[in-house]
Amino acid sequence: MSQTISAHVSDQNHGHVDQEGLKTLGFWIFLVTDCLLFATFFAAYAVLRTHTEGGFSAKDFNVPNFIIETFILLTSSFTSGLAVLSMHKGNKKGLIRWLIITLLLGAAFVGLEVKEFADLAAEGATISRSAFLTSFFALVGTHGAHVTFGIFWMIGILFQLSKRGITPVTTRKVSLVSLYWHFLDAVWIFILTVVYLMGVM
Amino acid sequence: MDNSHFFVTGDPMIYGADVSIILVSLAIIIYLTYFKKWGWLWREWITTVDHKKIGIMYLLSSLLMLFRGGVDAVLMRIQLAVPNSHFLASEHYNEIFTTHGTIMILFMAMPFMFALFNMVVPLQIGARDVAYPFLNAVSFWLFFLGAMLLNISFVIGGSPNAGWLSYAPLSENDFSPGPGQNFWIWGIQISGIGSLMTGINFVVTILKMRTPTMRLRDMPLFSWSVLASSIAILGVFPIFTATLAMLTIDRLLGGHFFTMTGGGNPMMWVNLIWMWGHPEVYIVVLPAFGVFSEIVATFSKKRIFGYASMVFSMIAISIVSYYTWVHHFFTMGAGANVNIVFAICTMIIAIPTGVKVFNWLFTMYRGRIRITQPMLWFMAFVPCFLVGGATGVMLAAAPADYQYHNSYFLIAHFHQVLIGGVVFGYLAGMYYWFPKIFGIKLNERLGKWAFWTWQIGFYVCFMPQYALGFMGMTRRMYTYNSTMGWDMGWAPLNMISTVGAFLMGIGFIFQVWQILYSIKHGERDVTGDAWDGRTLEWSIPSPPPVYNFAILPVVKGRDAWWYQKQEMQKGSYQKEAVKYEPIHMPNNSGIPFLMAVCFFIAGFGFTFEWWWMGIAGLIGVFITLFARSFQYNTDHFISVEEIERTENALRNHGSIHRTAN
Amino acid sequence: MSNQEHTASIKAYVTGFILSIVLTVIPLVLVLNHMMGKAALTVSILLAAVLQFVVQLFFFMHIRDGEGPRYNVMALILGIIFVVTIVAGAIWIMSFNSQVQ
Repeated sequence: MSQTISAHVSDQNHGHVDQEGLKTLGFWIFLVTDCLLFATFFAAYAVLRTHTEGGFSAKDFNVPNFIIETFILLTSSFTSGLAVLSMHKGNKKGLIRWLIITLLLGAAFVGLEVKEFADLAAEGATISRSAFLTSFFALVGTHGAHVTFGIFWMIGILFQLSKRGITPVTTRKVSLVSLYWHFLDAVWIFILTVVYLMGVM
Repeated sequence: MDNSHFFVTGDPMIYGADVSIILVSLAIIIYLTYFKKWGWLWREWITTVDHKKIGIMYLLSSLLMLFRGGVDAVLMRIQLAVPNSHFLASEHYNEIFTTHGTIMILFMAMPFMFALFNMVVPLQIGARDVAYPFLNAVSFWLFFLGAMLLNISFVIGGSPNAGWLSYAPLSENDFSPGPGQNFWIWGIQISGIGSLMTGINFVVTILKMRTPTMRLRDMPLFSWSVLASSIAILGVFPIFTATLAMLTIDRLLGGHFFTMTGGGNPMMWVNLIWMWGHPEVYIVVLPAFGVFSEIVATFSKKRIFGYASMVFSMIAISIVSYYTWVHHFFTMGAGANVNIVFAICTMIIAIPTGVKVFNWLFTMYRGRIRITQPMLWFMAFVPCFLVGGATGVMLAAAPADYQYHNSYFLIAHFHQVLIGGVVFGYLAGMYYWFPKIFGIKLNERLGKWAFWTWQIGFYVCFMPQYALGFMGMTRRMYTYNSTMGWDMGWAPLNMISTVGAFLMGIGFIFQVWQILYSIKHGERDVTGDAWDGRTLEWSIPSPPPVYNFAILPVVKGRDAWWYQKQEMQKGSYQKEAVKYEPIHMPNNSGIPFLMAVCFFIAGFGFTFEWWWMGIAGLIGVFITLFARSFQYNTDHFISVEEIERTENALRNHGSIHRTAN
Repeated sequence: MSNQEHTASIKAYVTGFILSIVLTVIPLVLVLNHMMGKAALTVSILLAAVLQFVVQLFFFMHIRDGEGPRYNVMALILGIIFVVTIVAGAIWIMSFNSQVQ
């Protein structure tokens, strides 16, 4: 029974699995399942987008607002990448600075989204006005909730970084939060296209 | 919302339940206090991250839920036993069929499955724990407290009554006001999040935690079935979470996803919930297939026939199961094209399933078959699942389905596959691995009594229901022959069916008796290899030490332990020098339990639309997440001396000569 | 992680960022100036979105990193199949609704 044995754990001589790599794979799989969560909201939106009940419709979205939101989030995705780059160079100060910039851009994004929702509600376009608006608020709101969660997560990591510096554990955490942030930007591309652009076109 | 009826009143049976709940809780508290067991409970069980203990807790909870769901079933059958019955009020009957279905699928089958995952997979692949032991504990407590949230609904607030999948618009505020429906949403939402995390956990465990010498193509078939089932979990539980969130938005925030007004579309609910619901039944049945593959090989003393086709068919089932969901609502009227595609996919999925049945039979062919308890359940499974599958193909024919839809024919069909496939499979798994986890063999004589009452009960209960379906009896019917004086001829068959339900109940009582009796008087397994097994879990003592494997086993192909035993008999086995190294293990943690308690508080608050409580619970969840993120001291090493001490103690009273692994 | 070969470099991030901006501006211009027919426009902006997703996968998320079996890539491919199934399936199945209402 001769065979080639492929090593699938990095330090197999001790039988201990590479914990940080394991968590990265698990988080990646979680992100894929999160995609399916968004897909379900997209499916509901796609089915219900014409059910406006004569009220606010997708044609009426505030164009400058969503354009600014898009570029803010895209830039924050870029800066979170720069944070990871600083980390790989061992530059703790740069890492923290870029993370804070990312976080602030994220907060600006959430702020604009809250403003957009408030403006809609003031126009009478609330979540209970029509099925279209329900599915819109649910889809975009779920994304916004994810961004908000990411902001709090980054704050937690910042505290750990300032206390412990760049260790294998904090490296993994920064990599994961950055991956999460890129993922949210990728989801936003589809929200921009399917909800806003296809709405106003 | 009207909260004046916080406690459910009016029904003597509910008062009886109230009294018994209070008495049992008091008894547990007094027992724990009198014997000073609170610390033990906290240290050994509530904070544990050991997959074996988590598996045991899953097993106990699922048996408890089997009892609860079984009581619901018996109450329904009593109501239907005779015409014009008023044993239950009609509203109460609706509540009972709702909780019966929800509990049996989500709180009995799922945790029973997770019990087997946890008890067996790491042992079978030569791992010391799952990939994320902490997350594993979170999953368990989310399941458990989610289940408790649904279960308290029958004494507090009122049970849900819109059916186990709560079709909209019936489940919307207009038609189901009050907390009952919310209990359903939050109970299964919370436990569903736990299930998703278990899915991630076991996919990564199987891909990454196998002992370094075990290739995927040497992996035991049960572990393969867990992989297939977990992939399906990852594919559908997010849909479930999102769909329940949509119903929550409708009920809590006045949204219009599935309402009759405001442009909502109730059919969208049916579409989305079955996108999860159909793969869900394959999720629960795949591990049962895995259990049978292990059992048949062991008790035929043969390698499993057609290993590669077994693996391929399981993966095929887990993918194709994603493309069959419309067969639950052919009658919705989505058009011929839609129905044709999904009818064909439904029929296709019968092919890999058929391949598996043939493979099991060919494994038995010319094998040295031993009829043990697990084997008995396997042999009961084959004909039962065969008939259930065949009636499934009948239902899959879309035009014919217009006749069978929602009749008792359907009821008989899915009970036949779910009991015949899933329950028989999991019970077989319980009998098979009980000696491994507890070191006790379950009593044979009581087991046979249980087996035969279950079998006779099953056929007596469900065969008449096929006929009742053809005679026009529809599901969820509260009573029949009510006022008109006409006789549909349903009474005799319904009476027979009820007798069968009672027989199955007696079978369950035999099993509880069997477990209790065996714990006290059962034969102790000191060899670690109770059935002359073939896979790695039988190479270690029963019950296994906390770290499972003192030295990671070396695997030279499939059925590793079997071939090692043969080498040992021939004397050609080369025992390597035992050299222990410190073992890295996770620390216990109370955070998973506290996090689940916060989820429970949030769910309870939103159920009664007490926003302050719901939000407070969610904040609690975030605090526990943060607390965990800031925890750096999460694991420890077991020293070589301690391993030596444990191993010597365990090996010394073993009767056969054993090797290091 | 630190001993692995990283595709992350400042060049990759800047390239990804510029490509993303371009792929965002194109559909914006197309839509706001009503430059095509409805069907062509829908296809073009969806295509731009998919392209931008791919760009981010390679330049931001470093899908090519790592060694051994690419379980993350497999998970992603399976996930994309499921996403398409959910969205396309729901639209197709519910399309009867526009005919019966």
